[in-house]
Amino acid sequence: MGELKLMKGNEAIAEAAIRDGADGYFGYPITPQSEVIEYLAAQQPEERTGMVLLQAESELASINMIYGAAGSGKKVMTSSSSPGVSLKQEGISYIAGAELPCLVLNVVRGGPGLGTIQPSQSDYFQSTKGGGHGDYHLIVLAPASVQEMYDFVELGFDLAFKYRNPAMILSDGAIGQMMEKVEIGEQKPRMTEQQIKEKYPWATTGKTPDRERNIITSLELDSAKMEKFNEKLVEKYRTIKENEVRYEEIQCEDADYLLVAYGTSSRICEKTVEMARQEGIKLGLLRPITLFPFPSQRLAEYAQKVKGIMSVEMSSGQMVEDVKLAVESRVQVEHYGRMGGIVPSAEEVLQALKQKFL
Amino acid sequence: MSEEIIIAGFGGQGVLSMGKILCYAGIVQGKEVTWMPSYGPEMRGGTANVSVIISDERISSPIISEFDTAIILNQQSMDKFENSVKPGGYLIYDGNGITRHPERTDINVYRVDAAAEAAQMETTKTFNMIVLGGLLQVKPIVEMDKAIEGLKKSLPERYHHLIPVNEKAIHRGTQIIQEVRKAKVEA
Amino acid sequence: MAEQQQQLTSEDIIQEENLVFDRTQLLTDNVFHYCPGCGHGVAHRLIMEVVEELEVQDKAIGIAPVGCSVLAYNYMDIDMQEAAHGRAPALATGIKRTMPDKYVFTYQGDGDLAAIGTAETIHACNRGENVAIFFINNGIYGMTGGQMAPTTLEKMKSSTTPYGRNIKQMGNPLKITELVAELPGTYYVTRQAVHKPGAVRKAKKAIKKAFEYQKLEKGLSFVEIVINCNSGWKMEPVDANKWMDENFLPYYPLGDIKVPEKK
Ligand SMILES: Cc1ncc(C[n+]2csc(CCOP(=O)(O)OP(=O)(O)O)c2C)c(N)n1
Repeated sequence: MGELKLMKGNEAIAEAAIRDGADGYFGYPITPQSEVIEYLAAQQPEERTGMVLLQAESELASINMIYGAAGSGKKVMTSSSSPGVSLKQEGISYIAGAELPCLVLNVVRGGPGLGTIQPSQSDYFQSTKGGGHGDYHLIVLAPASVQEMYDFVELGFDLAFKYRNPAMILSDGAIGQMMEKVEIGEQKPRMTEQQIKEKYPWATTGKTPDRERNIITSLELDSAKMEKFNEKLVEKYRTIKENEVRYEEIQCEDADYLLVAYGTSSRICEKTVEMARQEGIKLGLLRPITLFPFPSQRLAEYAQKVKGIMSVEMSSGQMVEDVKLAVESRVQVEHYGRMGGIVPSAEEVLQALKQKFL
Repeated sequence: MSEEIIIAGFGGQGVLSMGKILCYAGIVQGKEVTWMPSYGPEMRGGTANVSVIISDERISSPIISEFDTAIILNQQSMDKFENSVKPGGYLIYDGNGITRHPERTDINVYRVDAAAEAAQMETTKTFNMIVLGGLLQVKPIVEMDKAIEGLKKSLPERYHHLIPVNEKAIHRGTQIIQEVRKAKVEA
Repeated sequence: MAEQQQQLTSEDIIQEENLVFDRTQLLTDNVFHYCPGCGHGVAHRLIMEVVEELEVQDKAIGIAPVGCSVLAYNYMDIDMQEAAHGRAPALATGIKRTMPDKYVFTYQGDGDLAAIGTAETIHACNRGENVAIFFINNGIYGMTGGQMAPTTLEKMKSSTTPYGRNIKQMGNPLKITELVAELPGTYYVTRQAVHKPGAVRKAKKAIKKAFEYQKLEKGLSFVEIVINCNSGWKMEPVDANKWMDENFLPYYPLGDIKVPEKK
């Protein structure tokens, strides 16, 4: 077993980035995720592994720094919270359009606008449906613990490079600020330039006589070619949906009712399940770990078995739309949520379940 | 075993680090832990609190609204959290600056005058360690030597010369905590 | 003489003719949320005193930034708008262009004005927008907990430069005020402070000029006000002011940088 540490979710992300052999982090402070860059600054990653760390002048600048470095095959990430992630959308769209791998962390706070700095899950649509302009998707991972914050850095980078697609870790203020026990992995070496050249022949590493010049762009003025490219992206997302769906099931085998929740909400719901079971209500929890791709198939299977499904989110009801699409009206689907930075209690979730179904 | 604690007071009182030490001690004892702070704009004199769960099993929700034990270090926190202690639970407070003392009779109330004690010991920064000592005296959630180990783990190396004073403060806390009243058990 | 003084009661002292300071009418009754010793409160007061003295409350429109002073509109008793982080000069441009007879000003921190909003700042200055920019420089990101700002000094510690600002890695502390003074669109550029009574008086004069030049349609006035951030600097308020005098002001010297040419 690796070393055990007590860390904040935000710190776990930062440590994981260093240990996973990331080449760079570019960011801009915003609550509740500033600990990511603060932790990195304290750790002096340039000395530990040669990883570059830069506080940019804005999120616009930082995402474009990511764009550049990713184009050169570097393993780079940025992090922010909702208002900052909105600013990054333009860059993210370009990165998706240029088919580049990178990792973006969103430690979500409540909105719209400047909103609140308290935890929220109101960026689900933005994260899973594209976010910026154009037809694209991110691979979206939703950690529910500090350990998963740590683990999903490696997973996120792996998926991003496997599919040449930006990946997002969609977290929230509670998981970013919370401390839990984390098992730390081994230090992985950063890739050498030679390795990058071999593994990522598309990267702008400097044109050598043995290959054509590499161009990183999202521009295509010929509509027929652009459509071909769009189709290629669609095909890529289909492959991702086929291969990368991840979820956790808690007490689902004999469930009459099902909660669907991710991240912080799923932790609350885990407690609701315990409480319901004590009262003799057969409740289960399906926790999507990947939000894109969404575990639609699995939910469709449950639609045949359970009497009702309730999506629990810290939002006005966003993921619930994907749940409804998945079950195609075969079973009653409800939403329960709190907004404004308020985290629902396990008790009120149980209350809501009873009200809606029992 | 699962113990749900809130520690609440002013920023700068060491509320968050006290919670951290408890968590580290829990980890050393092989337990599951969560530490969930209140967070907001940095401000002098603002309130701060952290809820800590130490459990033998996987912890479901880290966000809780009722506590087995509340450690209360200013009046605002008394007003906010006295009623969040589960019946039969524990409320431990420092009398410094308290104008309305706890009123509930269905919980165990203890008082540890750590601020006064720390001033007397001329180590005001060990205030939170005196409180921690008091807590462990009435509720041995973690073993004393594990708490000291937790202290070492949570302190950066450059502060390790301060461990003896902190250890002393923890022990002092175990001595000065006083029972105000025991919970009245419903017949 | 001394004996006589001791016999004065508070009733004797609280007399019309002894009045040296009156509550600023254009500050609301809301209690400032700023840390004790912070200069934001004084800066708010001075701006409102000027608006009061010029009797332009009905024409003044302020733009609050994102930063510690994000809630400036809770205190200033005038119409205000809240900008996204760094974008205040853009809002000011929109407001002033569509309502040229208003007195429009932005109130921005160093992160807001000189990092995320650099582009907006430079371009508003360069266009010579007929507005005032009040730039509060505390050398740090106060609101988010003390991270490095563009104005953080070399070797100065912050939560994102815990070993001190390394110029090689993080670049130089940005003298944005000197920079905008180079642009033809700026009419009046000055750097002031509010940590001493004399400095407060001078700062107020500068703020007043900014409003007066706006009335004369002279272009952009840029008034930097250096304040301490004792929380972010991790110092007691008095020590912070002393540190400011000894370290911050030598790099950011007080005084006018660009004044209108005398004809
Ligand atoms: C797009 C966006 N990025 C980041 C933030 C977080 N943020 C809020 S205030 C601030 C810095 C404020 O510093 P400064 O402008 O110097 O003002 P001060 O708080 O020191 O008065 C930051 C980074 C935000 N609100 N929006």
